Amino acid sequence: MKYTILVFVKQVPDTQNITGDAMKADGTVNRAALPAIFNPEDLNALELALQLKDRYDAKVTVATMGPPAATEVLRNALYRGADEAMLLTDRAFAGADTLATSYALSCVAKQIKPDLILCGRQAIDGDTAQVGPQLAEKLHVPQICYVEEVVALDSGKITARRAIEGGYEILESPLPCLLTVVDANTPRPEAAKRIMKFKRAVTPGELKKRFADADYTEAGDLAAAESSLAAKGLIIKELNAAAVHADPKRIGLAGSPTKVKNIESVVLSGGEAKEVAATAEGINLLIHELITDHTLG
Amino acid sequence: MTQKIGNVWVFIEQEGGKIADVSLELVCKGRELADRLKVKLEAVLLGDKIEKLADTLYSYGCDTVILAEDKRLEPFTVLAYARVIMDLIKAHKPNILLFGATMKGRELAPRIASEKLAGLTADCTNLKIDDFDDKVNGKSYKDKLMQIRPAFGGNIIATIVNTWDDPQMVTVREGVMKMDRPDASRKGNLVRVDVSLTDAETAIKVIKRVREEKSVDLKGAQIIVAGGYGVGSADNFKLLRKLAETLGGEVAASRAAVDAGWIDHDHQVGQTGVTVRPKLYIACGISGAIQHRAGMAESKKIIAINTDPNAPIFQIAHYKIVGDLNDVLPKLINAFKAKVQ
Repeated sequence: MKYTILVFVKQVPDTQNITGDAMKADGTVNRAALPAIFNPEDLNALELALQLKDRYDAKVTVATMGPPAATEVLRNALYRGADEAMLLTDRAFAGADTLATSYALSCVAKQIKPDLILCGRQAIDGDTAQVGPQLAEKLHVPQICYVEEVVALDSGKITARRAIEGGYEILESPLPCLLTVVDANTPRPEAAKRIMKFKRAVTPGELKKRFADADYTEAGDLAAAESSLAAKGLIIKELNAAAVHADPKRIGLAGSPTKVKNIESVVLSGGEAKEVAATAEGINLLIHELITDHTLG
Repeated sequence: MTQKIGNVWVFIEQEGGKIADVSLELVCKGRELADRLKVKLEAVLLGDKIEKLADTLYSYGCDTVILAEDKRLEPFTVLAYARVIMDLIKAHKPNILLFGATMKGRELAPRIASEKLAGLTADCTNLKIDDFDDKVNGKSYKDKLMQIRPAFGGNIIATIVNTWDDPQMVTVREGVMKMDRPDASRKGNLVRVDVSLTDAETAIKVIKRVREEKSVDLKGAQIIVAGGYGVGSADNFKLLRKLAETLGGEVAASRAAVDAGWIDHDHQVGQTGVTVRPKLYIACGISGAIQHRAGMAESKKIIAINTDPNAPIFQIAHYKIVGDLNDVLPKLINAFKAKVQ
């Protein structure tokens, strides 16, 4: 393989379609009521990686940090064309802010030593857009943010078009390099053949749980099943903090400089709207009132 | 404790020698924070041949302008800017560092915060100074920066505090801090700094750069006529334009209308667009999703027109008109014309 591409993705609650059920009576968000989805711009990052794989000789690895349930987005990435997937999961990562998150992800990247690291510009649960640039800094590599397309990839450098305020830039950077990708391509759908193959892809944790749930299995079956799946490329790697040599002081809550002091629900300012009849008379009165109080004219 | 705290810094974003509005908004907010903490307000200005901008920054309230001029700082590239600012932070130890939550600010600030191991809060909509009791860790902090931002798609508002090393870093949304009037009699000090960059820090080359000024100035508009998904088509926006023209205002849109391709993104108001606070905001066929309200709820007067009497937009409107735009907008146009003639 000529290029190794690592794409970081995230499973997020679908904050863009919050319905009544998702808000609890106390005004906080009921995460459980929201569907978990593939972060939209991470799909754009994956698509860009797969386009590069189509154009050049590249291997695409997808990684995510999250609870075991996040394996779902990894399988989805395999359905769309990723070559390999890995789950970074450990209770010790919980409560991480963007600094601690970028550190944890950098520990994974250091093991893979990719030529290119791709992330979506931002995740829709936090909308910070910070993890990409922070990860680039942790890896001491250049970053190109808001990438729309890769113009060329050759002889140790990448040329990419990225959005700037009011226009675009074509930038050139040496490899390795990190790109954050915006919603500027159409992610390919899952391929039926790949779904047939990779729907059986599991993490060792999922496999173990499946065996624990079934009471008829023999000792030794688990190991046999795992090696059989591994031989077919159907084991999704599962890494904990120790496996990626993460410093416990730099991950999770302990590694997060920002603390949440308090959270309030957004309360509508509740001023009572004055009803205006949609008649010529009603609207004449409204305009008269707005001119009188100098809002208009 | 009589430990001296550092100053308040604002990163000044400039493009072609013009200071971004958000930077001046932050200078005004920074002045307030610096006065509260009894420290200086200092601007960090990077680019090439931009010394003349210092007078503008003094007039908005800066005590000091820290100026780094170098050919390699024009146009903006993130690694070079991050290096210069990082060196300045190490040398001067500011207490607070504010960035606009622009495309540049949002790629530059995290790069610096990561190297400095400092906390960074994105997209703040309010800032204030207050004490913080960290009950979890049993520590209390005096005079910290309260970093207030919407989260979870705008459905909650979180107050965040940075408990590690200074500076306390934030990016702040454009248009949410009020810009005060400049006072040309204010003076300040210019501190010129040397720029030293390695090859690695200038490794990103700008091959081509294409830019146009925004086609519309929503932030400066006193009257805004905005359309949402209920407008129905690009063609129907003509009626909104006619009303805006009649009233002397600008046309804006919700994300739904922009995503539908009926109008350009420059016109978008809301969380992923511009924040506005005009004298009058006329919301036409806008349901009032929280992301849209975040960008216009502080308008002085809001008229909402919608066929759905239960649309959430009515909860923040001052005037509620239940009806069809094609019927209501011509009536508004006629009524205004009749009054002013």
